Amino acid sequence: MHVRVRAGAVEDVRLEIYEPPRFFEAFLRGRRHTEPPDITARICGICPVAYQMSACLAIEAACGIEVSDGVADLRRLLYCGEWIESHALHIYLLHAPDFLGYASALDLARDGRGLVERGLALKKAGNAIMELVGGRAIHPVNVRVGGFYRAPARTEMAALAEKLRVALDLALDTVAWAAGFEFPDFQHDHEMVALVTPGQYAIDRGTVASTGGLSFTPAEFEDYVIEEQVPHSTALHARLAGRGRYLTGPTARYTLSSQWLSPVARQAADAAGLGAECRNPFRSILVRAVEVVYAVDEALRLIERYEPPAPCYLEVPPRAGVGHGATEAPRGVLFHRYAIDAEGLITSARIVPPTSQNQASIEDDLRRFVADRLDLDDQQLTHQCEQAIRNYDPCISCSTHFLDLTVDRA
Amino acid sequence: MALPTLAVWKFASCDGCQLTLLDCEDELLAIADRVKIAHFTEASSETQPGPYDVSLVEGSITTAADAERIRQVREMSRTLVTIGACATAGGVQALRNFADVEEFTSVVYARPDYISALDTSTPIAAHVDVDFELHGCPIDRRQLLEVITALLVGRKPNIPAHSVCFECKQRGNVCVVVAHGTPCLGPVTHAGCGALCPAHHRGCYGCFGPVETPNAGAQAGLLRATGMDEADVTRAFRTFNAAAPAFIELSQVTTGPPPGLGPSDIAGR
Repeated sequence: MHVRVRAGAVEDVRLEIYEPPRFFEAFLRGRRHTEPPDITARICGICPVAYQMSACLAIEAACGIEVSDGVADLRRLLYCGEWIESHALHIYLLHAPDFLGYASALDLARDGRGLVERGLALKKAGNAIMELVGGRAIHPVNVRVGGFYRAPARTEMAALAEKLRVALDLALDTVAWAAGFEFPDFQHDHEMVALVTPGQYAIDRGTVASTGGLSFTPAEFEDYVIEEQVPHSTALHARLAGRGRYLTGPTARYTLSSQWLSPVARQAADAAGLGAECRNPFRSILVRAVEVVYAVDEALRLIERYEPPAPCYLEVPPRAGVGHGATEAPRGVLFHRYAIDAEGLITSARIVPPTSQNQASIEDDLRRFVADRLDLDDQQLTHQCEQAIRNYDPCISCSTHFLDLTVDRA
Repeated sequence: MALPTLAVWKFASCDGCQLTLLDCEDELLAIADRVKIAHFTEASSETQPGPYDVSLVEGSITTAADAERIRQVREMSRTLVTIGACATAGGVQALRNFADVEEFTSVVYARPDYISALDTSTPIAAHVDVDFELHGCPIDRRQLLEVITALLVGRKPNIPAHSVCFECKQRGNVCVVVAHGTPCLGPVTHAGCGALCPAHHRGCYGCFGPVETPNAGAQAGLLRATGMDEADVTRAFRTFNAAAPAFIELSQVTTGPPPGLGPSDIAGR
């Protein structure tokens, strides 16, 4: 991260993200239309389900197939598992230690082993959902275009429900615990963007909505979102056409859909002091904790009414055309678009991950954050900036533990 | 006595294999009691300088900077273990090895001149000596624990090298090829996942990489007999272990023995 200071004021902040490029959008060309779920899962080991789900929606849209309600519910259940696992990982292993003054959860465990064990147990519950429904927690094998290769039996779901009932208590304890953290007073005014499905907290599908009043379908995504390359990062920056930077992720979802949280999640949010919206990035940890409560609660509800879908998949014959899909990854809106030829080979692919959509807003927040802290020495400033970046749970969280801060003070 | 030190390194990868260590939820704190986790950026901002007793390396080499960094990691590590398909076989990003990286860069980036990447994605062993390779995409959590335990007590890790077919039989799976004519890479794929895909009524897609001496002709014949064309057979071996020499060879052998002499009899229904 480069900060340029002139005359005592911050002139520029640049977050240089150099993840080596892997070129997924290029090598997806020439692959069969059934391959994107397995291939794009490998974009991220922490949120592979998000990639599989957005890929399936896009391919199915291109081929004119809509899955049954039973399959859609099973996908939503799988996605709940990933939200639980990813958020628990971030809250306990990456974010909470910052608030409590520890370098890591392992250090925190020396003083509070039970706390870390609680987080690991919660993460394990999320993984249990993914292992049952997806076959494997990292890069699930059971997902296919059209549905699932195998539907779990009701008895297997009952065993899972037992674990989730325990997890619900752990999730509620997590909200109460995080509510006691000290949060710096910091607000942003970015436009916030998330999928919405009026009546239900959106996860696996929806219309794209914004706090500025925008509303568009995934098929219109590329008309509204412009991606740009900047010299200082291999992650592309995004902006809303004619409007500018925006923020996607848990606080955007919460701000747009908190009225549709389930009662137990709504109560937890109220008790934690979260209002109707959340514009303080530091309080995102509370929002993630509330989303874990919601995801566990929703998973239990889905299991309660579960009937193995029969058939558990539809054949999806290829059809020449273009398809779009958007779902809510743990970190925000994840958009896929594929063009397919008549033989079913992919001719082009476009993938827009949530973290790159947030880059511009993250840099803007950091600019203001640093401006108030120029009196700190570089080591202290580095540490606080690392913490600030972790608010956004960027899907390079690991590299935020390795922040090189250079401050150019003229 | 000082605890042995463990370092975890990331190169070009999805983070899934590092995450596998954190997915050992029941064992993680116990491991932290027995080893000093000295460098693990996914889990801690505290870093101790090397040397390290054991380094776990995830990811492939795709940039000049990373080619230099892995040499530094090797110098600082008494034992270096590569984990996962990227580190052991180049990963899915090794698909660039069969194409033109400049063209790839211009497809993904409007300003390809801002991007610096090597033409190839190569495994760690192509750059430095590696003491043990753990295959998988991702690696299997129990196998990771077996490797860490073995290193702690000074014995060779018990990681079988046979094919997925053995695991299918152990698990009691119905053979998807024989029973349903479903394409499957099990006969040529390294075990480790527990025959997960056949257990879910799909064919193995080879994410644990090749066994040591696969029978390319027989496997091609098996796949052709299930209805795959030549392009499909090539694609089947160009996924997550694309730079593995055995899979490169398998991707180039697309026809099997003539009918009546082997696997092509299988799906004759």
